[in-house]
Amino acid sequence: MLHTFAVYVDNKPGVLNRVSSLFRRRAFNIESLTVGHTETPGVSRMTVVVDTDEYGARRLEAHLYKLVPCKRVENITAAASIARDLALIKVAATGEARTHVMQLVDVYRARIVDVSLESLVIETTGTEDKIDSLLEVLRPYGVVEMVRTGRVAMARGTLPARRAAAPSPQAPVAADTGGDVSHGSV
Amino acid sequence: MKLTGAQILWESLVREGVTDVFGYPGGAILPAYDAMLGYPIRHVLVRHEQGATHMADGYARASGKVGVAIATSGPGATNMVTGIATAMMDSSPIVCITGQVGSKLIGSDAFQETDITGITLPITKHNYLVTSAEDVAPAVLEAFAIARSGRPGPVLVDITKDAQQSICEVDWEAARPQLTEALDEALPGDGDVRDAIALINAAARPLILAGHGVMLSGAEREIVALSERGQIPMAVTLLGIGGVAAAHPLNLGMMGMHGEAWVNNAIQEADLLIALGMRFDDRVTGNLKTYAREARKIHVDIDRAELNKNVRVDVAIAKDLRAAVEEWLPHVVAPGARAAWLARIDSLKGDSAVRDIQNLPDDGHLYAAHVINDLWRMTRGDALVVTDVGQHQMWEAQYYKHNRSRSLITSGGLGTMGFALPAAIGAKIACPESEVWVVVGDGGFQMTMPELATVVQEHLDINIAVINNGYLGMVRQWQEFFYDKRYAATPISGPNFAKLADAFGIAAATVTRRAEVNDAVEAARRLKRAALIDFQVEQEDSVYPMVPAGADLHKMIRRPSPIVETAAD
Ligand SMILES: Cc1ncc(C[n+]2csc(CCOP(=O)(O)OP(=O)(O)O)c2C)c(N)n1
Ligand SMILES: [Mg+2]
Repeated sequence: MLHTFAVYVDNKPGVLNRVSSLFRRRAFNIESLTVGHTETPGVSRMTVVVDTDEYGARRLEAHLYKLVPCKRVENITAAASIARDLALIKVAATGEARTHVMQLVDVYRARIVDVSLESLVIETTGTEDKIDSLLEVLRPYGVVEMVRTGRVAMARGTLPARRAAAPSPQAPVAADTGGDVSHGSV
Repeated sequence: MKLTGAQILWESLVREGVTDVFGYPGGAILPAYDAMLGYPIRHVLVRHEQGATHMADGYARASGKVGVAIATSGPGATNMVTGIATAMMDSSPIVCITGQVGSKLIGSDAFQETDITGITLPITKHNYLVTSAEDVAPAVLEAFAIARSGRPGPVLVDITKDAQQSICEVDWEAARPQLTEALDEALPGDGDVRDAIALINAAARPLILAGHGVMLSGAEREIVALSERGQIPMAVTLLGIGGVAAAHPLNLGMMGMHGEAWVNNAIQEADLLIALGMRFDDRVTGNLKTYAREARKIHVDIDRAELNKNVRVDVAIAKDLRAAVEEWLPHVVAPGARAAWLARIDSLKGDSAVRDIQNLPDDGHLYAAHVINDLWRMTRGDALVVTDVGQHQMWEAQYYKHNRSRSLITSGGLGTMGFALPAAIGAKIACPESEVWVVVGDGGFQMTMPELATVVQEHLDINIAVINNGYLGMVRQWQEFFYDKRYAATPISGPNFAKLADAFGIAAATVTRRAEVNDAVEAARRLKRAALIDFQVEQEDSVYPMVPAGADLHKMIRRPSPIVETAAD
């Protein structure tokens, strides 16, 4: 099962290496890893997605806590959370195909951010599912190039994720609407 | 007052209470060595940097304090790798200081530049690359705090040459480590103390598995109290030896691959395992699918990452062992039914005793087990024994009965040959009053024997028992059992060990018959300086019992016994 961790670390040289090296050393496979600044200066936040079981997830959390630059770890898998991925997709489309692609982009609430004679670049944000599905329908037109950020995630509500997650094995989990709240997923 | 980075290093060590360090100089650490002369610290010059790390490790294990090793950049630092990994696997608190090329040269493949923080990343608790004098004190002080906190382990501080040479003002107050408290709130999945107590009180056939954590948390008395109060027998891991007195009637002895047969059988028959500061290593569990299938399990370890790793347990508690057991104690009761369990274990012992080499007829040969047994008798079980890795290590664990905590030092997790002699040097310097014996194979001794010169230079009274069987014995045993006796690369020659010792200025004797053991040991003990005895033992003897790697714990290869076989005829 996929587990999503939010990992808060000191923003210092070599920290990403320490975290990724831990996953390698302990034979966990990283599905995706993103890192960026947080609201607190000097603290970075990683979102790491790993395929493992419940015990593996607990051990991983314990291992992460043993890294000195690691300040906090939240397993937000069970928490009500919002997860997003951003993708840039370059599609070869001219003539009539181009119109079709533009219609699809509309339906998916994606955006065209670059146009050239032979291709379009589409930007889309959403759950991995939504992006996968957009990718599927674009494929017949010729996807030339794609880049994705990997998942970033955040617990809903005002509580920190650990508290939100703690009693939640039984607690109902709010449905993730998957895209912009106004439109839901397609 | 302004100090150089090098002075700040020594000042930091003095503030941490360091009195002894083990090291070897070189270009990139020269400024630190130069400054050393101004500080009240004993420096032990080693013969190889691996030795420095094992010495720091032995020092730490014998005393409970943090051991310190120092080396130069490049080859000095890489020579430390084996010792650091050894300390990591056995949770031994050491701080390694390495010199590094000037900060401007980092990344340029400068002379003797090596990425030692990169290399040691997975084998240290943490490491630092320090590139300015200002950062020396905070890094070194934090390194000590990390090495000794929680589950102890090695920390490396790599200091560039310019950081050692430049000058700055130190604010010692600000340099104090500000580690965020280890996670103390319970996580989902953590076990409840009440569940543990309920399991303990309800068990008919409980067994305590005591590991190295007993000593690391100072829980020696609490474990015995738990055992006595609940009438719960105890078994120990290799590194747990000494944490519970061997003479204690409820201590069954060592478990695992070369553990006592009755201990392994008791584990398989138990209905509750209480695992305390041990980590269910594959060398103690054998086949996990058939391991203690009838037992519920409680596991206490300060390292949460050890819980539910190899063995799924019913109650997992991430906590300092002593605090955890103290919390249980008032609630533990002893149901009368345990008498039947203790009687059952006693009956398991009977069968093993007839197979014990001590009870076999004397056939005029010198067996390693006899040597260890005699050594134990003559030292009254009071020596601090440091072993190497191999058959002799297992015989030591089986036949030397340790009653004192921290009186056996051995490389368990990594199984590092060459560990014994340098680790014993560290142990002797930490505990000068202890009678220190090295028990080492002829193979492992040849890996680090240049440290004999260190023994002499430092005037150390260490006794060395070389268990000389002319083989890499433990590997030969595997070849005998599992590879059709094809002895590929295991016969090993060696120097005349007595002459070698003599050349170093160490008293020596050679023993070939059991009748000579007493006199040789007595002579070595009387001598107030180092002595070496070359025990030329039976060459193709094997360690029994043995659980083949990955086999079921109760399916042990037992010593063939003429007595048992005759009785069966
Ligand atoms: C550094 C290292 N290399 C190889 C091994 C594998 N190994 C384990 S025991 C052993 C044989 C040890 O021989 P010796 O020191 O003579 O001790 P004996 O088993 O004969 O008592 C070997 C080679 C090891 N544990 N450590
Ligand atoms: Mg040998």
